[in-house]
Amino acid sequence: MTDTTNPLGLDEHSHGADVQVPDSKRDARTRSFDVSDFAVPNGREEEWRFSPVRKLSDFFTDAASETKLTTSGDLPEGISVEEISLEAAQELGILEPEDRAAAVAANRAATVTHYSVPAGTEIDGAVIIHADGTGNDVSHGHVVVSVGANAKATIVIEHEGLARHSELVSLVIGDGANVTFVSLQLWDDETQHLGQHDAIVGKDAKFKHIVISLGGDIVRLNTNVRYSAAGGEAELLGLYFADAGQHFEHRTYVDHNTPKATSNVHYKGALQGKDARSVWIGDVLIRPEALDIDTYELNRNLILSDGARADSVPNLEIETGDIAGAGHASSTGRFDEEHLFYLMSRGIPEDVARQLVVRGFFNEVIQKIQVPEIEEVLNERIEEELSRSVL
Amino acid sequence: MSTLKITDLHVSVNTETGPKPILNGINLEINSNETHAIMGPNGSGKSTLAYSLAGHPKYQVTSGSVTLDGEDVLEMSVDERAKAGLFLAMQYPVEVPGVTVTNFLRSAKTAIDGEAPKLRNWTKDLKSAMENLRVDPEFASRNVNEGFSGGEKKRHEILQMEMLKPKFSVLDETDSGLDVDALRIVSEGINRVRESTDVGVLLITHYTRILSYIKPDHVHVIIKGKVAEEGGPELAERLENEGYDRFLQASA
Repeated sequence: MTDTTNPLGLDEHSHGADVQVPDSKRDARTRSFDVSDFAVPNGREEEWRFSPVRKLSDFFTDAASETKLTTSGDLPEGISVEEISLEAAQELGILEPEDRAAAVAANRAATVTHYSVPAGTEIDGAVIIHADGTGNDVSHGHVVVSVGANAKATIVIEHEGLARHSELVSLVIGDGANVTFVSLQLWDDETQHLGQHDAIVGKDAKFKHIVISLGGDIVRLNTNVRYSAAGGEAELLGLYFADAGQHFEHRTYVDHNTPKATSNVHYKGALQGKDARSVWIGDVLIRPEALDIDTYELNRNLILSDGARADSVPNLEIETGDIAGAGHASSTGRFDEEHLFYLMSRGIPEDVARQLVVRGFFNEVIQKIQVPEIEEVLNERIEEELSRSVL
Repeated sequence: MSTLKITDLHVSVNTETGPKPILNGINLEINSNETHAIMGPNGSGKSTLAYSLAGHPKYQVTSGSVTLDGEDVLEMSVDERAKAGLFLAMQYPVEVPGVTVTNFLRSAKTAIDGEAPKLRNWTKDLKSAMENLRVDPEFASRNVNEGFSGGEKKRHEILQMEMLKPKFSVLDETDSGLDVDALRIVSEGINRVRESTDVGVLLITHYTRILSYIKPDHVHVIIKGKVAEEGGPELAERLENEGYDRFLQASA
């Protein structure tokens, strides 16, 4: 499959057996703050068909929980935090939940944690927020990040520990603002984490959303982007490394509802070990009013051992041909015996050979992240993943 | 001086229907600074010999021995063989996703020498080796063999040989698929390594045309997994004129 878009705006490609065209428009999916608008998933729904729903049933139960993540981290000048009500959060213009788990999280989170950066404020360096799990009970969280016009901020949420956490994260990005939001999943092996991350991107604003999933039993994150005016830029980056038994699922949905906006989705994952599982679903909707937009989405998976499975499904719905470009690419490849033999025949030991290939594979995404504060932890964790390599 | 000694080597290849014997008792001895041409028709076992020496897991040595200065090569893992000084230029070099040529070469050099090469010399040596092989500088930042043309892949193999300076190089049909210009450039590269180091070369080829650029000291003809005839450069000339027919008829 080719990575380049052609002047007509449509990428040449063939739909393999795994590419499913949803039976209804992406836009037809229910969005609501009301939990009762969503049935409990049975695993046959389009949005749940790749997920181990039976293991997730507690997240669909509309019940309050005493548990919450413990957050820490110093906030630099320029960003403030307060606890607000769901009603107050809705008034900020956040998007609605798109599945039952997110609706439960929005309703059952005790309060909404609202980080705000006023208009015109530029924060140097990344704001690092540590969010640690406190145990096996289900926790609900709702985080809102609002960034005013022409402000600039990088916010990193670093998740660690044991948790069963479901969250709604809502970003509202003002006109001309420049926002990077990083969600780092460095969870313990038993952790389950469901999340819906939404962003409304303002006029000519730049938004970068980065998901890095390296730890946890199940991580399922849906990232949705919509634009409030023309000219917004969205870059959605993802990096994941699934080990034996881990299920890492990332879904992205870019709703091109304004003219002259761009979106670039770039997710890469490695898998190793028995029943290591990854899912990437990339939905892009180009509405009739989305004139002159440019969108590209890419997912690549590298399978390092037998017994792992990666699903990769790009869906592109195009309702206007009057665009600058639209393309997608998806591939899943194996690191096989021949690669290993070739590298080893040049003296490179087996473990180094694997590290070379995996690091090289991830490099393309890592270079785009550009948040120096997380580079070290990222390199360390990838190193650690590789040292666990099943040979 | 080093010696690579192959004694009564029997090798089977793993196939879906079970192991299939390919080499049926190969004997060869090659010293530093010598170039031996291994010739033979398709299917005679030339590539099997090359891969067996490098330790490809698909090939099982069922009996015989291979030693490098008395050390048992067959006991060594693939990377250990390279560290011991063996190099295989492959007929079909493998594409390795995500690893750039620069990174690959430096990792290989570091592994073989046991320490990272001095940056200044390394960069200089690599640059001049690339220039000599008429390799585009942009090549260095591309992924190993990914999207390389047939000729580029072969030049990349010889580039590695130049940089890694092995004791013995097995060149598996390095001439195949090359046009005249590419063949000359690749042959010049091989000759540069022969002149500047003590490398012993096992030049595996089906055709004689590369032998007009690289003069072998000895020629061995392999038929059905055994050395059928040995001689000097004149044997290659005879093959040029007569082909392999007389061996095939004799063994039929």
